[in-house]
Amino acid sequence: MRILAQQLILGLMLGGLYGLAAAGLSLVFGVLKVLNVAHGELIMLGGYAAFFVVALLGLDPFASLLLVLPLSLLLGVVLYAVLFGFVVRAHEETRIKNSLLIGFGLALALHALAVRLWTADERSIITPYGGSVLRVGGLSIPLMRVLILALAFALIGALHLLLTRWRWGKAIRATAEDWEAALLSGIDVRRAYLLAFALGTALAGAAGTLVAIGYSVSPSIGLEWTLKALIVVVLAGLGSMIGTFVGGLVLGAAEALSAYAFGGPYREVVGLAIFVVVLVARPRGLFGR
Amino acid sequence: MLEVRDLEASYGDLRALGGVTLTVGAGEIVALLGPNGAGKSTLLKSIAGLLRPRAGSIRWEGDNLGALGAHQIVERGLALVPEGRRLFGSMTVAENLELGAFAPRARALQAQSLDRVYALFPVLRDRRGQVVRSLSGGQQQMVAVGRALMSAPRLLMLDEPSLGIAPRLVSAIFASLVEINRAGVGVFLVEQNVHAALSLAHRAYVLEGGRIVGEGAAAALLEDPHVRQAYLGPLAVRA
Repeated sequence: MRILAQQLILGLMLGGLYGLAAAGLSLVFGVLKVLNVAHGELIMLGGYAAFFVVALLGLDPFASLLLVLPLSLLLGVVLYAVLFGFVVRAHEETRIKNSLLIGFGLALALHALAVRLWTADERSIITPYGGSVLRVGGLSIPLMRVLILALAFALIGALHLLLTRWRWGKAIRATAEDWEAALLSGIDVRRAYLLAFALGTALAGAAGTLVAIGYSVSPSIGLEWTLKALIVVVLAGLGSMIGTFVGGLVLGAAEALSAYAFGGPYREVVGLAIFVVVLVARPRGLFGR
Repeated sequence: MLEVRDLEASYGDLRALGGVTLTVGAGEIVALLGPNGAGKSTLLKSIAGLLRPRAGSIRWEGDNLGALGAHQIVERGLALVPEGRRLFGSMTVAENLELGAFAPRARALQAQSLDRVYALFPVLRDRRGQVVRSLSGGQQQMVAVGRALMSAPRLLMLDEPSLGIAPRLVSAIFASLVEINRAGVGVFLVEQNVHAALSLAHRAYVLEGGRIVGEGAAAALLEDPHVRQAYLGPLAVRA
């Protein structure tokens, strides 16, 4: 029982990161109707950015977010300007196809670039307080992962506020719902697309930072994170960032439970099972509108 | 004043408009009649900038609108209430109205415009915190007209505002159009409810097969045998 509880807590903490990773993918997919399969590679880049910011500038790992966030926001603007901005000019039905081609190409290129620049070694950010553990009723909870979960939740909360309070946040939601109606309301839809894509990339950068702090990064983690994010997006549905975060927690918990019940290798299977079951039983997801 | 000249539009190979010429003067109410598939919606979408015309020109107060994006055309003072309302269903009434005033010029007038919309449709003030999807069709149409008014237009274009709405609310919507027009806003109305449209409008055009086949004062068109036969039905002819 204690082992189960321990696993579940660790699973939920990883799940918070799944939620954060999925939020960016969900935002871009919901607004641009573009599936960015290179999202995991953007997370990987964020992880390396944080690693080098900490290694070279000696910043506290969490403070590295203050640099990584604006950098990845900028990267998002550049990627939109040179790649994805062309995809959204296509008709909505052909966008997915084109975005898959561009996304896979970008993923391969970024992976190869990362191997070339930083080798295939795994890296993670080591901190003086990284080994601290909270003991609660016989359970051991790594302090770092508590902080990571809290930070992931705070970022999702900030995104939620941005989308519900900020003028352009509302414009982004309006564009997601009906881009023609958004145009007729006087919203520059292209700019809403750009903002949504940049925000999505910034979220990937933030997720990567937390991955590098709590877990590890290597050039090949991208696909895995894209998959996890995709499963969470399908599970949670589009339209609610808080719902996406909860979806991440559910996936993390489900992975932990299946690993406990059937053994470690089944951790990866449960996500795909959830993917299929949700698509068949409730295609709009748990919290989708 | 809106001047459309020799406008042609098509969807792929399918020609929807074959050279349409019409004008809507400042402060005028003009109706556009025609059967399904005549190109009425296509014409409105072209004027609003949602559709690139193939040929011809659309001028608004002397300027060519051809190169402008739809959001820039809103900024110039032309607003379209699209067919089927196309509201942001998961957002509240207040959010929908606020988004209507997104363009810079409208934003400066937002508080004023909001008062105007609530004065026109008092029920919206009571429902302002409600999610739009939960409103009745008629109330949603009020939000749609309200959202367009929030852009502080000088010409309001409406595509079938009476579609799928209870008759009592249709007359409320039409009454609001008269009210809006009284404040100096031009109205360009596409409507299946021909009798209602013609009793409201000053002038009207008849569009068939992508071409203007008739035009005139609304009162005269109400007496026109072809219009009565085609749009008011056999009962109207006998009467």
